[in-house]
Amino acid sequence: MPVYSVYIVSKSGGLIFHSDFPSLPRVEVEKTFSYPLDMTLSYQNVLKRVVVVFGQRDGVCVGHAVMAVNGVAVTGRLLEDGRDVEAVVADEANYPLSIRFGRPRLTTNERIVLASTFHSFYAIASQLSPEPKSSGIEVLEAGAFRLHCYQTVTGIKFIVLADARQASLEPLLRRLFELYADYALKNPFYSLEMPIRCELFDTNLQAAVEQMERTGISNV
Amino acid sequence: MSRQTVRSADPKKVSSELFTLTYGSLVAQMLKDYESDEEVNKQLDRMGYNIGLRLIEDFLARTNVGRCYDFRDTAEKLQMAFKMYLGISPSITNWSPAGDEFSLILESNPLTEFVELPESHANLKYSNIIPGVIRGALEMVQTEVVACFVHDQLKGDSTSELRVKFVRRLEDAIPAGED
Repeated sequence: MPVYSVYIVSKSGGLIFHSDFPSLPRVEVEKTFSYPLDMTLSYQNVLKRVVVVFGQRDGVCVGHAVMAVNGVAVTGRLLEDGRDVEAVVADEANYPLSIRFGRPRLTTNERIVLASTFHSFYAIASQLSPEPKSSGIEVLEAGAFRLHCYQTVTGIKFIVLADARQASLEPLLRRLFELYADYALKNPFYSLEMPIRCELFDTNLQAAVEQMERTGISNV
Repeated sequence: MSRQTVRSADPKKVSSELFTLTYGSLVAQMLKDYESDEEVNKQLDRMGYNIGLRLIEDFLARTNVGRCYDFRDTAEKLQMAFKMYLGISPSITNWSPAGDEFSLILESNPLTEFVELPESHANLKYSNIIPGVIRGALEMVQTEVVACFVHDQLKGDSTSELRVKFVRRLEDAIPAGED
């Protein structure tokens, strides 16, 4: 029952904490290609990444981004040494070419945007409700994961992304709230509504999640 | 909650004497620093307010209580909080006819256990941190109140009376799904 990530959103919709766990699957495939490359790569403006758009094979799927070419890391559409990825791939003289594909981690900025978007969705969901006094989104199910959200009376949201088979995470969410009350709010140097940068909070959060994965949800 | 039973024998709990003495030296030091009783009252209230803003989350995390939909509910939960944090159970009385104002009667106040108020500080509200905590904590659950001591054992009254008056609901701050 792995837990992938934990997010905490303040009552104004700002992301104040996020953490990924080692159980978050890290997809990366490195392959050596000979000329001509039998898949179509294209630079995508939205992702700011060079992405496979057609021709998936051997574990390299459509949607995977180019992470490195011959061990040189890629940022945006350029290699670290300044060459353009698409130009390198198109040039026969560079082959054989070893390319690493993967699904890039979200940047902190992207996470902040997603957190505040979720904050709005939560509010929309509660307004769409046919019954009065409905909460917002508590569980969001997707093919590969399940998002669990708990909003406190004061308006802070605790969000946990976990395995799709995990039915309820209520005890873990409550435990997170306790840890937040203990290690963030009781730290006099933590200012309210600001990002939580407390080492004690991190370690206790890790411990709670590990314990849950080891012994099951009821023992958090 | 399971946590509650563990807490009764919580090794982290300190003696209330240590707390009382610490508070006493805080007030004494502030009287030296600020010269006027009114200013000390104000500062104590402000400190209490800042504590309340944080303490409410601790209270909610530990007790699993939900939102209050009337002021009587709020009064009961305040009573519960007094038990949890100060180890006393004040009684709730003197409801106003409109139900928007009540008093908490403190038979004993752990803060004032060893205190004799000198005549030179007749205007000092010694325990003024408590109304501040109440105001701060209730503000975080979107309820604005005015709280103050109207009777004080230190000033010769037989009991201490803490008056809490409901002002308004902070509608703008109510989180989605609860309004």
